[in-house]
Amino acid sequence: MELTTLWFILIAVLWAGYFLLEGFDFGVGILLPAIGRDEADRRALIGTIGPVWDGNEVWLLVAGGATFAAFPEWYATLFSGFYLPLFLILLALIVRGVAFEYRHRSDVPSRWDHAIFWGSLVPAFLWGVAFANILRGVPLDANHEYTGNLLTLLNPYALLGGVVTLALFTMHGAVFLALKTGGELRERAIRVTKIVGPVTLVAGGLFLVITQLMTGTPATWAGVVLAAAGLAGAIAATLRGRDGWAFTANAVAIVVITFTLFASLFPDVMPALDPANSLTVENAASTPYTLTVMTWVAAIFTPIVLAYQGWTYWVFRKRLTRQEVPAGY
Amino acid sequence: MDVLDLSRWQFGITTVYHFIFVPLTIGLSIIVAGLQTAWYRTGKAKYLRLTKFWGKLFLINFAMGVVTGIVQEFQFGMNWSEYSRFVGDIFGAPLAMEGLIAFFLESTFLGLWIFGWDKLPKKVHLATIWAAAIGTNISAYFILAANSWMQHPVGYKINEATGRAELTDIWAVLTNSTTLVTFPHVIFGAFVTAGAFLLGVSAWFLWRRREVDLFRTSTKLALVITLVASVGVMFSGHWQAQLMTEQQPMKMAAAEALWEDENGAGFSLFAIGDVENGRNVFNIEIPYGLSLLATNSLDGGVEGINDIQARYELLYGPGDYRPSIGLAYWTFRLMIGFGGLAALLALAGLWLTRKGRLPENPWFHRLAIAGIFLPFLANTMGWIFTEMGRQPWTVFGLMTTASAVSPNANVTEVALSLVGFTVVYAVLAIIEVRLLIKSIRQGPEPEGGESGATPQAGTTPALSF
Repeated sequence: MELTTLWFILIAVLWAGYFLLEGFDFGVGILLPAIGRDEADRRALIGTIGPVWDGNEVWLLVAGGATFAAFPEWYATLFSGFYLPLFLILLALIVRGVAFEYRHRSDVPSRWDHAIFWGSLVPAFLWGVAFANILRGVPLDANHEYTGNLLTLLNPYALLGGVVTLALFTMHGAVFLALKTGGELRERAIRVTKIVGPVTLVAGGLFLVITQLMTGTPATWAGVVLAAAGLAGAIAATLRGRDGWAFTANAVAIVVITFTLFASLFPDVMPALDPANSLTVENAASTPYTLTVMTWVAAIFTPIVLAYQGWTYWVFRKRLTRQEVPAGY
Repeated sequence: MDVLDLSRWQFGITTVYHFIFVPLTIGLSIIVAGLQTAWYRTGKAKYLRLTKFWGKLFLINFAMGVVTGIVQEFQFGMNWSEYSRFVGDIFGAPLAMEGLIAFFLESTFLGLWIFGWDKLPKKVHLATIWAAAIGTNISAYFILAANSWMQHPVGYKINEATGRAELTDIWAVLTNSTTLVTFPHVIFGAFVTAGAFLLGVSAWFLWRRREVDLFRTSTKLALVITLVASVGVMFSGHWQAQLMTEQQPMKMAAAEALWEDENGAGFSLFAIGDVENGRNVFNIEIPYGLSLLATNSLDGGVEGINDIQARYELLYGPGDYRPSIGLAYWTFRLMIGFGGLAALLALAGLWLTRKGRLPENPWFHRLAIAGIFLPFLANTMGWIFTEMGRQPWTVFGLMTTASAVSPNANVTEVALSLVGFTVVYAVLAIIEVRLLIKSIRQGPEPEGGESGATPQAGTTPALSF
């Protein structure tokens, strides 16, 4: 396999990992006001992601760093072009992160809940907008500079993309909470899944089918079917009270959707409206030497990271209820 | 102001702000790990209480370092896309390595440490704080390797066809001589920062005569750490300055307001310069001081600003290759001055605590509290000096800052983000300082209450991390 293809796949893996993990962090934040009715509720809800959210967010930083190292042109064009949405995402992640850490030390913890809610909702929506625009293609000039403006990014297809990630991550948070909490909290999370699930299925299905009509291949059609099966499976498992299966099915859906979107892009990384100016895995990539170095680093350290992050989830595997909130400080 | 100015202000503000928290995190992580190790080894409740108290302050500070660090990963692409295209082949590698090797380690294990008090065996729990602390320090190495490449590019070639820098030797980048002297300088500086923080907070408790026994231990620890690290800062800073004289003579000349090449150059103490005419109006100097420091010889040759400028015009073409001389001159002196005061404070404190005495004089307590700020100021001055002293280059000798900025960025967007980051950062700074003060006032949790299930002195078993 070409190294450029390998790194394209690795970056897809990093984004899939990011959406899979921080997806439920976002969902928990978005559902905080809906499911957490009082302080004890909200403490338990945040407790489900407390030990892991920071490690989850590193997936984004590594995705950013890996894109810089492996596809500098992609990194430069994407983040300078999508300047304002990225700025909003960064601000949201900043206030949200601080809110997680400072909330319980505050005299009025609920004051921080707005920061957690909006800090989760904004990126959950904007990542969808950003990825939909990448798929749709954006105006790039011959130097691969983005020539559009903010309004270029706010097209109906991209907004639908935003709704899809928002719904998908909310759903992910709900099935995660059903798995990680007990008692009333779990019941509320299940009720939310029953409402958000079908919405996600319809919006996601619509978005993926439109994407397929633009760029579809048999492989990506298979992805669409699998993603739909995952979402439907998550809803079905929730109805039967099988929390573990519901979460697994939804996790599969998120990973498959991410891979399907990346597969729809390939071999472009950022298609331009004028195809001659598109960024591809070839013209955006670093030299073979850099890619070789980074391949060694990734090959050695990725399994180690997966092992200790997996172990963390094992350590904190217990369900939380409003009566037993974890200790820490 | 144009996009370039706005982008430079934004990079400066976000980066200096980020680096307020980073050194304290680096130093405190190791200190907290050390205290927990002492508890593990001796079983003394005192060490557990200290671990938890300093650990709490460490976490409040850590959170700010983490969230402001996210911006650092993306703003090269956002505001400096030409830079990113030019250096991505090289600069991206240490950044990606930092994330994969170091940042995952510190974030994941810190989560385990915070929530793992009751869930992990003691030994494993101790290992988690060490893993986080080591991750933090490795992280600094990769970031400094990336920065050092901008100061002194190595292990690359310029591709004639694309006009971009390409990596030819990753070991050369990771063992850049500039990295090897900068890393100890920054790490020692981080320990001075953490030491002075420990000292100032402990002094407050001694002043109030609260928990005297606990904070006697902290004070001793703080004084030793601050003084030893200060000595480390001086030596590593000296080596760094010698290397800088060789690699970036203009920065050294600007730091010394040395206008002409000179053998046996003096070390300037106070100068008023006339940048226009390239000379000093007034200058008090220690004769031969600069030559001695920079070259280890009294009559060693040191290059001066005007001569370097002339040489660079021949080498790089017409242009002004001088950084802001006044800024370089004064930030360099203030860095040394603030750092020196911190070292003196530690020295005075060690004298006052000799043979188990306690510093009784409230003046010492007040000075020690004020002393918390000294290393922060020194760190900030040091970074402003080293980054501004490199100007007009972003990558020394290869790319100017003016040509590094994103060509498609527009003034409104960058102004908006500059204001947005600045306002949010200012608000968070206020919140953080108030929270630190509140947590310090609460003091260490009472003995016996440290099972881990009661996170703080408050009455509610708050969820916390």
